[in-house]
Amino acid sequence: MEQQQTYNYKVVRQFAIMTIVWGIVGMAVGVLIAAQLVWPQLNFEIPWLSYGRLRPLHTNAVIFAFGGSALFATSYYIVQRTCQTRLFSDGLAAFTFWGWQAVIVLAAITLPLGKTMAKEYAELEWPIAILIAVVWVAYAIVFFGTIMKRRVQHIYVANWFFGAYILTIALLHIVNNMSMPVTLFKSYSVYPGAMDAMVQWWYGHNAVGFFLTAAFLGMMYYFVPKQAGRPIYSYRLSVVHFWALISLYMWAGPHHLHYTALPDWVQSLGMVFSLMLLAPSWGGMINGIMTLSGAWHKLRDDPILKFLIVSLSFYGMSTFEGPMMSIKTVNALSHYTEWTIGHVHGGALGWVAMISIGALYALIPVLFGRERMYSIRLIEWHFWLSTIGVVLYIVSMWIAGVMQGLMWRAVNDDGTLTYSFVETLVHMYPYYTVRFLGGVVFLVGMFIMAYNVWKTISGARPAVQPIPQPAH
Amino acid sequence: MSFGFVQGLITIVLMVLFVGIVVWAYSSRQKKRFDEASMLPFAEDDAQGDVRRKGENKDD
Repeated sequence: MEQQQTYNYKVVRQFAIMTIVWGIVGMAVGVLIAAQLVWPQLNFEIPWLSYGRLRPLHTNAVIFAFGGSALFATSYYIVQRTCQTRLFSDGLAAFTFWGWQAVIVLAAITLPLGKTMAKEYAELEWPIAILIAVVWVAYAIVFFGTIMKRRVQHIYVANWFFGAYILTIALLHIVNNMSMPVTLFKSYSVYPGAMDAMVQWWYGHNAVGFFLTAAFLGMMYYFVPKQAGRPIYSYRLSVVHFWALISLYMWAGPHHLHYTALPDWVQSLGMVFSLMLLAPSWGGMINGIMTLSGAWHKLRDDPILKFLIVSLSFYGMSTFEGPMMSIKTVNALSHYTEWTIGHVHGGALGWVAMISIGALYALIPVLFGRERMYSIRLIEWHFWLSTIGVVLYIVSMWIAGVMQGLMWRAVNDDGTLTYSFVETLVHMYPYYTVRFLGGVVFLVGMFIMAYNVWKTISGARPAVQPIPQPAH
Repeated sequence: MSFGFVQGLITIVLMVLFVGIVVWAYSSRQKKRFDEASMLPFAEDDAQGDVRRKGENKDD
Protein backbone atom coordinates (compact mmCIF):
# COMPACT_ATOMS: atom_id res chain seq x y z
CA MET A 1 0.00 0.00 0.00
CA GLU A 2 2.90 2.37 0.59
CA GLN A 3 6.08 2.69 -1.40
CA GLN A 4 9.48 2.24 0.17
CA GLN A 5 10.02 5.14 2.54
CA THR A 6 13.39 6.60 3.41
CA TYR A 7 14.73 8.55 6.37
CA ASN A 8 15.21 12.29 6.10
CA TYR A 9 18.99 12.44 6.28
CA LYS A 10 19.27 15.74 4.43
CA VAL A 11 18.49 17.95 7.42
CA VAL A 12 20.70 15.77 9.63
CA ARG A 13 23.60 16.21 7.17
CA GLN A 14 23.09 19.96 7.06
CA PHE A 15 23.12 20.33 10.83
CA ALA A 16 26.05 17.90 11.20
CA ILE A 17 28.24 19.90 8.83
CA MET A 18 27.27 23.22 10.41
CA THR A 19 28.13 21.80 13.84
CA ILE A 20 31.75 21.57 12.73
CA VAL A 21 31.72 24.98 11.05
CA TRP A 22 30.21 26.75 14.07
CA GLY A 23 32.41 24.76 16.44
CA ILE A 24 35.48 26.16 14.75
CA VAL A 25 34.06 29.69 14.62
CA GLY A 26 32.87 29.71 18.23
CA MET A 27 36.04 28.17 19.63
CA ALA A 28 38.22 30.50 17.54
CA VAL A 29 36.43 33.49 19.07
CA GLY A 30 37.04 31.88 22.47
CA VAL A 31 40.74 31.58 21.72
CA LEU A 32 40.81 35.23 20.60
CA ILE A 33 39.25 36.53 23.81
CA ALA A 34 41.47 34.23 25.89
CA ALA A 35 44.41 35.86 24.09
CA GLN A 36 42.94 39.31 24.77
CA LEU A 37 43.11 38.60 28.50
CA VAL A 38 46.84 37.99 28.15
CA TRP A 39 47.50 40.65 25.48
CA PRO A 40 44.78 43.30 25.83
CA GLN A 41 46.01 45.18 22.76
CA LEU A 42 44.51 42.38 20.63
CA ASN A 43 41.22 44.28 20.61
CA PHE A 44 43.00 46.67 18.21
CA GLU A 45 41.01 49.52 19.79
CA ILE A 46 38.04 48.49 17.65
CA PRO A 47 34.78 48.46 19.65
CA TRP A 48 33.45 45.47 17.66
CA LEU A 49 36.42 43.41 18.79
CA SER A 50 36.31 44.41 22.44
CA TYR A 51 36.18 41.62 25.02
CA GLY A 52 32.78 42.61 26.39
CA ARG A 53 31.13 42.21 22.99
CA LEU A 54 33.01 39.14 21.80
CA ARG A 55 32.50 37.14 24.99
CA PRO A 56 28.72 36.77 24.49
CA LEU A 57 29.42 36.02 20.82
CA HIS A 58 31.71 33.19 21.95
CA THR A 59 29.18 31.73 24.42
CA ASN A 60 26.27 31.99 21.98
CA ALA A 61 28.31 30.49 19.17
CA VAL A 62 29.57 27.49 21.10
CA ILE A 63 26.36 26.77 23.04
CA PHE A 64 23.63 27.53 20.53
CA ALA A 65 25.41 27.36 17.17
CA PHE A 66 27.81 24.46 17.79
CA GLY A 67 25.92 22.64 20.57
CA GLY A 68 22.52 23.49 19.11
CA SER A 69 23.38 22.24 15.62
CA ALA A 70 24.82 19.05 17.13
CA LEU A 71 21.56 18.52 19.03
CA PHE A 72 19.34 19.19 16.01
CA ALA A 73 21.40 16.76 13.96
CA THR A 74 21.50 13.95 16.50
CA SER A 75 17.93 14.35 17.77
CA TYR A 76 16.55 14.28 14.20
CA TYR A 77 18.67 11.23 13.44
CA ILE A 78 17.92 9.33 16.65
CA VAL A 79 14.19 10.03 16.65
CA GLN A 80 13.89 8.69 13.10
CA ARG A 81 16.01 5.61 13.67
CA THR A 82 14.49 4.60 16.99
CA CYS A 83 10.92 5.32 15.85
CA GLN A 84 11.58 3.72 12.45
CA THR A 85 9.77 6.45 10.62
CA ARG A 86 10.61 9.52 8.55
CA LEU A 87 10.57 12.97 10.17
CA PHE A 88 7.08 14.35 10.60
CA SER A 89 7.50 17.19 8.11
CA ASP A 90 10.40 17.75 5.69
CA GLY A 91 9.31 21.35 5.16
CA LEU A 92 9.24 22.24 8.85
CA ALA A 93 12.52 20.42 9.40
CA ALA A 94 14.12 22.50 6.65
CA PHE A 95 12.61 25.60 8.24
CA THR A 96 14.27 24.75 11.56
CA PHE A 97 17.62 24.45 9.78
CA TRP A 98 17.46 27.74 7.90
CA GLY A 99 15.74 29.53 10.80
CA TRP A 100 18.40 28.41 13.25
CA GLN A 101 21.20 29.46 10.89
CA ALA A 102 19.50 32.87 10.50
CA VAL A 103 19.41 33.26 14.31
CA ILE A 104 23.14 32.48 14.47
CA VAL A 105 24.02 34.96 11.73
CA LEU A 106 21.88 37.65 13.37
CA ALA A 107 23.63 36.98 16.67
CA ALA A 108 27.02 37.27 14.99
CA ILE A 109 26.00 40.67 13.62
CA THR A 110 24.18 42.21 16.59
CA LEU A 111 26.43 41.12 19.45
CA PRO A 112 29.63 42.78 18.15
CA LEU A 113 27.51 45.90 17.50
CA GLY A 114 26.71 45.91 21.21
CA LYS A 115 23.01 45.12 20.84
CA THR A 116 22.25 43.04 23.90
CA MET A 117 19.60 42.32 26.53
CA ALA A 118 22.51 41.90 28.98
CA LYS A 119 21.09 38.59 30.23
CA GLU A 120 23.73 35.89 30.21
CA TYR A 121 23.08 33.23 27.51
CA ALA A 122 19.95 35.20 26.58
CA GLU A 123 21.63 38.30 25.16
CA LEU A 124 19.82 38.39 21.83
CA GLU A 125 17.39 41.28 21.43
CA TRP A 126 13.66 40.78 21.11
CA PRO A 127 13.21 40.38 17.32
CA ILE A 128 15.79 37.58 17.33
CA ALA A 129 14.31 36.09 20.50
CA ILE A 130 10.94 35.88 18.73
CA LEU A 131 12.55 34.14 15.75
CA ILE A 132 14.14 31.64 18.15
CA ALA A 133 10.73 30.94 19.71
CA VAL A 134 9.15 30.34 16.27
CA VAL A 135 11.96 28.01 15.18
CA TRP A 136 11.75 26.17 18.47
CA VAL A 137 8.01 25.59 18.16
CA ALA A 138 8.62 24.18 14.67
CA TYR A 139 11.33 21.94 16.16
CA ALA A 140 8.87 20.67 18.79
CA ILE A 141 6.24 19.93 16.11
CA VAL A 142 8.73 18.00 13.98
CA PHE A 143 10.12 16.06 16.94
CA PHE A 144 6.89 15.15 18.71
CA GLY A 145 5.10 14.65 15.40
CA THR A 146 7.73 12.05 14.52
CA ILE A 147 7.27 10.32 17.87
CA MET A 148 3.51 10.26 17.37
CA LYS A 149 3.80 8.47 14.04
CA ARG A 150 6.42 6.01 15.26
CA ARG A 151 6.19 2.44 14.03
CA VAL A 152 7.52 0.79 17.13
CA GLN A 153 5.72 0.44 20.42
CA HIS A 154 8.29 1.98 22.75
CA ILE A 155 9.72 5.46 22.94
CA TYR A 156 13.46 4.93 23.38
CA VAL A 157 14.94 6.65 26.45
CA ALA A 158 17.08 9.03 24.34
CA ASN A 159 13.87 10.50 22.94
CA TRP A 160 12.58 11.15 26.46
CA PHE A 161 15.65 13.23 27.18
CA PHE A 162 15.35 15.10 23.86
CA GLY A 163 11.63 15.65 24.46
CA ALA A 164 12.22 17.10 27.93
CA TYR A 165 14.91 19.38 26.53
CA ILE A 166 12.73 20.70 23.72
CA LEU A 167 9.73 21.41 25.99
CA THR A 168 11.79 22.96 28.76
CA ILE A 169 13.87 25.21 26.52
CA ALA A 170 10.65 26.55 24.97
CA LEU A 171 9.30 27.38 28.42
CA LEU A 172 12.56 28.88 29.72
CA HIS A 173 13.22 30.93 26.63
CA ILE A 174 9.76 32.45 26.48
CA VAL A 175 9.50 33.26 30.20
CA ASN A 176 12.99 34.72 30.49
CA ASN A 177 12.67 36.85 27.35
CA MET A 178 9.44 38.56 28.38
CA SER A 179 10.37 42.17 27.73
CA MET A 180 9.03 45.53 26.69
CA PRO A 181 10.50 46.72 23.38
CA VAL A 182 11.28 50.44 23.10
CA THR A 183 13.02 50.39 19.71
CA LEU A 184 13.80 47.69 17.16
CA PHE A 185 16.94 46.72 19.04
CA LYS A 186 16.32 47.80 22.60
CA SER A 187 13.98 46.25 25.15
CA TYR A 188 13.65 46.04 28.90
CA SER A 189 12.82 42.97 30.96
CA VAL A 190 9.31 42.94 32.44
CA TYR A 191 10.64 41.63 35.76
CA PRO A 192 11.95 44.00 38.42
CA GLY A 193 15.19 43.78 40.41
CA ALA A 194 15.89 40.59 42.33
CA MET A 195 12.99 38.84 40.59
CA ASP A 196 14.62 39.53 37.24
CA ALA A 197 17.86 38.02 38.54
CA MET A 198 15.97 34.94 39.78
CA VAL A 199 14.14 34.45 36.47
CA GLN A 200 17.41 34.93 34.61
CA TRP A 201 19.23 32.23 36.62
CA TRP A 202 16.26 29.92 36.63
CA TYR A 203 16.67 30.19 32.87
CA GLY A 204 20.47 30.21 32.98
CA HIS A 205 20.95 27.11 35.04
CA ASN A 206 18.26 25.18 33.22
CA ALA A 207 19.95 26.10 29.96
CA VAL A 208 22.83 24.16 31.48
CA GLY A 209 20.55 21.45 32.85
CA PHE A 210 18.36 20.84 29.84
CA PHE A 211 20.27 22.19 26.84
CA LEU A 212 23.79 21.19 27.85
CA THR A 213 22.92 18.15 29.96
CA ALA A 214 19.60 16.40 29.30
CA ALA A 215 19.84 16.77 25.53
CA PHE A 216 23.43 15.55 25.37
CA LEU A 217 22.44 12.64 27.61
CA GLY A 218 19.94 11.78 24.89
CA MET A 219 22.89 11.70 22.49
CA MET A 220 24.80 9.55 24.98
CA TYR A 221 21.97 7.03 25.41
CA TYR A 222 21.98 6.35 21.69
CA PHE A 223 25.60 6.59 20.59
CA VAL A 224 27.32 4.88 23.54
CA PRO A 225 25.29 1.65 23.18
CA LYS A 226 25.50 1.89 19.40
CA GLN A 227 29.25 2.35 19.29
CA ALA A 228 29.85 -0.26 21.99
CA GLY A 229 27.58 -2.71 20.18
CA ARG A 230 25.64 -3.58 23.31
CA PRO A 231 22.50 -2.20 24.97
CA ILE A 232 22.69 0.33 27.77
CA TYR A 233 23.95 -1.10 31.10
CA SER A 234 20.58 -0.69 32.81
CA TYR A 235 17.48 0.57 31.08
CA ARG A 236 15.71 0.77 34.43
CA LEU A 237 18.39 3.04 35.79
CA SER A 238 17.98 5.25 32.73
CA VAL A 239 14.27 5.65 33.50
CA VAL A 240 14.95 6.64 37.12
CA HIS A 241 17.82 8.81 35.89
CA PHE A 242 15.47 10.69 33.56
CA TRP A 243 12.75 11.49 36.09
CA ALA A 244 15.15 12.38 38.90
CA LEU A 245 17.30 14.60 36.71
CA ILE A 246 14.51 16.64 35.16
CA SER A 247 12.67 17.17 38.44
CA LEU A 248 15.76 18.31 40.36
CA TYR A 249 17.41 20.61 37.81
CA MET A 250 14.47 23.03 37.78
CA TRP A 251 15.28 24.23 41.31
CA ALA A 252 19.05 24.61 41.20
CA GLY A 253 19.23 28.10 39.64
CA PRO A 254 19.49 30.18 42.85
CA HIS A 255 23.02 28.89 43.47
CA HIS A 256 24.11 31.50 40.93
CA LEU A 257 22.89 34.19 43.32
CA HIS A 258 24.44 33.24 46.68
CA TYR A 259 25.00 36.22 48.99
CA THR A 260 22.90 38.55 46.84
CA ALA A 261 19.57 40.33 47.41
CA LEU A 262 17.80 37.03 46.73
CA PRO A 263 15.95 35.78 49.87
CA ASP A 264 18.18 33.58 51.98
CA TRP A 265 15.82 30.58 51.95
CA VAL A 266 15.78 30.61 48.14
CA GLN A 267 19.58 30.48 48.14
CA SER A 268 19.53 27.51 50.53
CA LEU A 269 16.87 25.79 48.43
CA GLY A 270 19.04 26.19 45.34
CA MET A 271 22.03 24.80 47.21
CA VAL A 272 20.17 21.73 48.49
CA PHE A 273 18.73 20.86 45.10
CA SER A 274 22.15 21.33 43.52
CA LEU A 275 23.66 18.91 46.03
CA MET A 276 20.93 16.33 45.34
CA LEU A 277 21.67 16.59 41.62
CA LEU A 278 24.85 14.64 42.21
CA ALA A 279 22.81 11.43 42.51
CA PRO A 280 21.05 11.36 39.11
CA SER A 281 24.10 12.86 37.40
CA TRP A 282 26.37 10.11 38.59
CA GLY A 283 23.67 7.52 37.97
CA GLY A 284 23.67 8.56 34.33
CA MET A 285 27.44 8.62 34.09
CA ILE A 286 27.76 5.14 35.61
CA ASN A 287 25.03 3.85 33.31
CA GLY A 288 26.91 5.12 30.28
CA ILE A 289 30.37 3.97 31.27
CA MET A 290 29.24 0.55 32.56
CA THR A 291 27.68 -0.16 29.17
CA LEU A 292 31.22 -1.10 28.21
CA SER A 293 31.49 -3.60 31.05
CA GLY A 294 32.85 -6.82 29.62
CA ALA A 295 33.98 -5.03 26.47
CA TRP A 296 36.59 -2.65 27.81
CA HIS A 297 39.03 -3.76 25.12
CA LYS A 298 36.96 -1.82 22.60
CA LEU A 299 38.15 1.34 24.29
CA ARG A 300 41.71 0.54 23.25
CA ASP A 301 41.05 0.34 19.53
CA ASP A 302 38.17 2.70 18.95
CA PRO A 303 38.91 6.44 19.31
CA ILE A 304 35.22 7.26 18.81
CA LEU A 305 34.40 5.23 21.89
CA LYS A 306 37.25 7.00 23.69
CA PHE A 307 35.61 10.33 22.92
CA LEU A 308 32.27 9.11 24.26
CA ILE A 309 33.57 7.50 27.43
CA VAL A 310 36.04 10.25 28.32
CA SER A 311 33.27 12.79 27.82
CA LEU A 312 31.27 10.87 30.44
CA SER A 313 34.24 11.04 32.78
CA PHE A 314 34.37 14.81 32.37
CA TYR A 315 30.61 14.87 32.91
CA GLY A 316 31.08 13.02 36.18
CA MET A 317 33.83 15.39 37.21
CA SER A 318 31.83 18.53 36.43
CA THR A 319 28.71 17.21 38.13
CA PHE A 320 30.71 16.52 41.27
CA GLU A 321 32.41 19.91 41.14
CA GLY A 322 29.14 21.77 40.49
CA PRO A 323 27.26 20.62 43.60
CA MET A 324 30.38 21.26 45.63
CA MET A 325 30.61 24.83 44.32
CA SER A 326 26.93 25.39 45.08
CA ILE A 327 27.62 24.99 48.83
CA LYS A 328 27.40 28.53 50.13
CA THR A 329 30.70 28.51 52.00
CA VAL A 330 32.56 27.07 49.00
CA ASN A 331 30.77 29.52 46.75
CA ALA A 332 32.00 32.38 48.95
CA LEU A 333 35.47 31.47 47.72
CA SER A 334 34.75 30.36 44.16
CA HIS A 335 32.14 32.83 42.93
CA TYR A 336 33.27 35.52 40.47
CA THR A 337 36.67 33.80 40.14
CA GLU A 338 38.26 31.86 37.28
CA TRP A 339 37.29 28.64 39.05
CA THR A 340 33.78 29.09 37.65
CA ILE A 341 35.24 29.47 34.16
CA GLY A 342 37.23 26.28 34.66
CA HIS A 343 34.11 24.45 35.87
CA VAL A 344 32.06 25.59 32.89
CA HIS A 345 34.73 24.52 30.40
CA GLY A 346 35.19 21.14 32.06
CA GLY A 347 31.52 20.65 31.23
CA ALA A 348 31.43 22.47 27.90
CA LEU A 349 34.65 21.16 26.33
CA GLY A 350 35.04 17.91 28.25
CA TRP A 351 31.42 16.77 28.21
CA VAL A 352 29.38 18.65 25.59
CA ALA A 353 32.02 19.09 22.90
CA MET A 354 33.64 15.67 23.28
CA ILE A 355 30.39 13.70 23.23
CA SER A 356 29.24 15.71 20.20
CA ILE A 357 32.53 15.08 18.42
CA GLY A 358 32.30 11.36 19.17
CA ALA A 359 28.70 11.25 17.97
CA LEU A 360 29.59 13.12 14.75
CA TYR A 361 32.44 10.75 13.96
CA ALA A 362 29.95 7.89 14.28
CA LEU A 363 27.25 9.70 12.34
CA ILE A 364 29.01 11.29 9.37
CA PRO A 365 30.04 8.06 7.61
CA VAL A 366 26.45 6.79 7.95
CA LEU A 367 24.99 9.99 6.53
CA PHE A 368 27.30 10.00 3.53
CA GLY A 369 27.21 6.29 2.79
CA ARG A 370 30.81 5.60 3.81
CA GLU A 371 32.07 2.57 5.66
CA ARG A 372 33.99 4.67 8.17
CA MET A 373 35.76 7.99 8.59
CA TYR A 374 38.61 8.76 6.17
CA SER A 375 41.27 8.35 8.86
CA ILE A 376 40.97 6.61 12.22
CA ARG A 377 44.49 7.81 13.10
CA LEU A 378 43.38 11.41 12.79
CA ILE A 379 40.45 10.72 15.14
CA GLU A 380 42.99 9.35 17.59
CA TRP A 381 45.03 12.54 17.21
CA HIS A 382 41.93 14.63 17.70
CA PHE A 383 41.06 12.70 20.84
CA TRP A 384 44.42 13.32 22.47
CA LEU A 385 44.55 16.98 21.45
CA SER A 386 41.07 17.53 22.90
CA THR A 387 41.90 15.77 26.14
CA ILE A 388 45.17 17.65 26.61
CA GLY A 389 43.48 20.94 25.69
CA VAL A 390 40.69 20.50 28.25
CA VAL A 391 43.09 19.45 31.00
CA LEU A 392 45.37 22.45 30.39
CA TYR A 393 42.34 24.70 30.42
CA ILE A 394 40.66 23.48 33.60
CA VAL A 395 43.80 22.97 35.67
CA SER A 396 45.05 26.47 34.97
CA MET A 397 41.66 27.94 35.82
CA TRP A 398 41.40 25.96 39.05
CA ILE A 399 44.72 27.28 40.26
CA ALA A 400 43.96 30.81 39.08
CA GLY A 401 40.49 30.77 40.63
CA VAL A 402 41.46 29.50 44.05
CA MET A 403 44.38 31.92 44.19
CA GLN A 404 42.13 34.78 43.11
CA GLY A 405 39.50 33.90 45.73
CA LEU A 406 42.06 33.65 48.50
CA MET A 407 43.71 36.95 47.54
CA TRP A 408 40.39 38.77 47.33
CA ARG A 409 39.35 37.71 50.80
CA ALA A 410 42.73 38.30 52.48
CA VAL A 411 42.54 41.10 55.04
CA ASN A 412 45.15 42.84 57.17
CA ASP A 413 44.93 43.11 60.96
CA ASP A 414 43.29 46.51 60.67
CA GLY A 415 40.57 45.09 58.39
CA THR A 416 41.81 46.60 55.11
CA LEU A 417 42.22 44.41 52.03
CA THR A 418 45.70 42.92 51.63
CA TYR A 419 45.63 43.02 47.84
CA SER A 420 44.23 45.54 45.39
CA PHE A 421 42.32 44.09 42.45
CA VAL A 422 45.11 44.83 40.01
CA GLU A 423 47.60 42.96 42.19
CA THR A 424 45.46 39.83 41.91
CA LEU A 425 45.21 40.37 38.17
CA VAL A 426 48.98 40.43 37.74
CA HIS A 427 49.13 36.97 39.31
CA MET A 428 46.70 35.66 36.69
CA TYR A 429 48.95 36.11 33.67
CA PRO A 430 50.74 32.74 33.68
CA TYR A 431 47.42 30.90 34.06
CA TYR A 432 45.71 32.98 31.38
CA THR A 433 48.57 32.02 29.08
CA VAL A 434 48.20 28.29 29.84
CA ARG A 435 44.43 28.57 29.35
CA PHE A 436 45.02 30.22 25.96
CA LEU A 437 47.34 27.36 24.99
CA GLY A 438 44.77 24.79 26.09
CA GLY A 439 42.18 26.51 23.90
CA VAL A 440 44.55 26.57 20.93
CA VAL A 441 45.28 22.84 21.31
CA PHE A 442 41.56 22.05 21.43
CA LEU A 443 40.92 24.23 18.37
CA VAL A 444 43.71 22.51 16.40
CA GLY A 445 41.85 19.26 17.05
CA MET A 446 38.72 20.78 15.52
CA PHE A 447 40.63 21.68 12.35
CA ILE A 448 41.88 18.11 12.13
CA MET A 449 38.27 16.97 12.41
CA ALA A 450 37.21 19.36 9.65
CA TYR A 451 39.93 17.93 7.38
CA ASN A 452 38.99 14.35 8.21
CA VAL A 453 35.31 15.04 7.55
CA TRP A 454 36.13 16.83 4.30
CA LYS A 455 38.13 13.83 3.07
CA THR A 456 35.35 11.48 4.17
CA ILE A 457 32.52 13.23 2.39
CA SER A 458 34.18 14.61 -0.71
CA GLY A 459 33.05 12.53 -3.66
CA ALA A 460 30.55 10.70 -1.45
CA ARG A 461 26.94 10.38 -2.48
CA PRO A 462 24.44 11.30 0.22
CA ALA A 463 23.15 8.11 1.79
CA VAL A 464 19.56 7.07 1.22
CA GLN A 465 18.38 4.75 3.95
CA PRO A 466 15.13 2.87 3.43
CA ILE A 467 12.95 2.38 6.47
CA PRO A 468 12.48 -1.30 7.31
CA GLN A 469 8.94 -2.55 7.04
CA PRO A 470 7.47 -3.93 10.25
CA ALA A 471 7.62 -7.70 10.28
CA HIS A 472 4.13 -8.22 11.64
CA MET B 1 -2.83 25.38 56.67
CA SER B 2 0.43 27.16 57.27
CA PHE B 3 3.12 27.65 54.66
CA GLY B 4 5.41 25.28 56.55
CA PHE B 5 2.75 22.56 56.55
CA VAL B 6 2.30 22.86 52.78
CA GLN B 7 6.06 22.68 52.30
CA GLY B 8 6.23 19.50 54.39
CA LEU B 9 3.33 18.00 52.47
CA ILE B 10 4.98 18.73 49.12
CA THR B 11 8.21 17.14 50.35
CA ILE B 12 6.37 13.96 51.33
CA VAL B 13 4.40 13.83 48.08
CA LEU B 14 7.59 14.19 46.04
CA MET B 15 9.39 11.53 48.06
CA VAL B 16 6.50 9.09 47.60
CA LEU B 17 6.48 9.91 43.90
CA PHE B 18 10.18 9.21 43.62
CA VAL B 19 9.97 5.91 45.49
CA GLY B 20 6.98 5.03 43.30
CA ILE B 21 8.99 5.67 40.14
CA VAL B 22 11.85 3.51 41.40
CA VAL B 23 9.52 0.66 42.38
CA TRP B 24 7.74 0.91 39.03
CA ALA B 25 10.97 0.99 37.03
CA TYR B 26 12.46 -1.98 38.87
CA SER B 27 9.30 -4.09 38.99
CA SER B 28 9.51 -7.33 37.06
CA ARG B 29 6.41 -6.36 35.06
CA GLN B 30 8.37 -3.67 33.24
CA LYS B 31 11.32 -5.90 32.50
CA LYS B 32 10.11 -7.22 29.17
CA ARG B 33 9.12 -3.77 27.90
CA PHE B 34 12.41 -2.24 28.95
CA ASP B 35 14.43 -5.08 27.43
CA GLU B 36 12.67 -4.54 24.14
CA ALA B 37 13.10 -0.78 24.33
CA SER B 38 16.81 -1.07 25.11
CA MET B 39 17.33 -2.94 21.82
CA LEU B 40 15.81 -0.18 19.69
CA PRO B 41 19.15 1.37 18.64
CA PHE B 42 20.02 -2.00 17.11
CA ALA B 43 16.66 -2.81 15.54
CA GLU B 44 18.08 -2.57 12.03
CA ASP B 45 21.45 -4.18 12.65
CA ASP B 46 20.28 -7.71 13.32
CA ALA B 47 21.75 -8.88 10.04
CA GLN B 48 25.20 -7.90 11.22
CA GLY B 49 24.85 -10.04 14.31
CA ASP B 50 27.57 -8.27 16.28
CA VAL B 51 25.23 -6.88 18.91
CA ARG B 52 25.13 -8.47 22.31
CA ARG B 53 21.58 -9.37 23.21
CA LYS B 54 19.89 -7.99 26.24
CA GLY B 55 20.16 -10.78 28.72
CA GLU B 56 23.93 -10.80 28.64
CA ASN B 57 24.00 -7.51 30.45
CA LYS B 58 23.29 -6.43 33.96
CA ASP B 59 19.54 -6.23 34.41
CA ASP B 60 18.80 -9.92 34.21
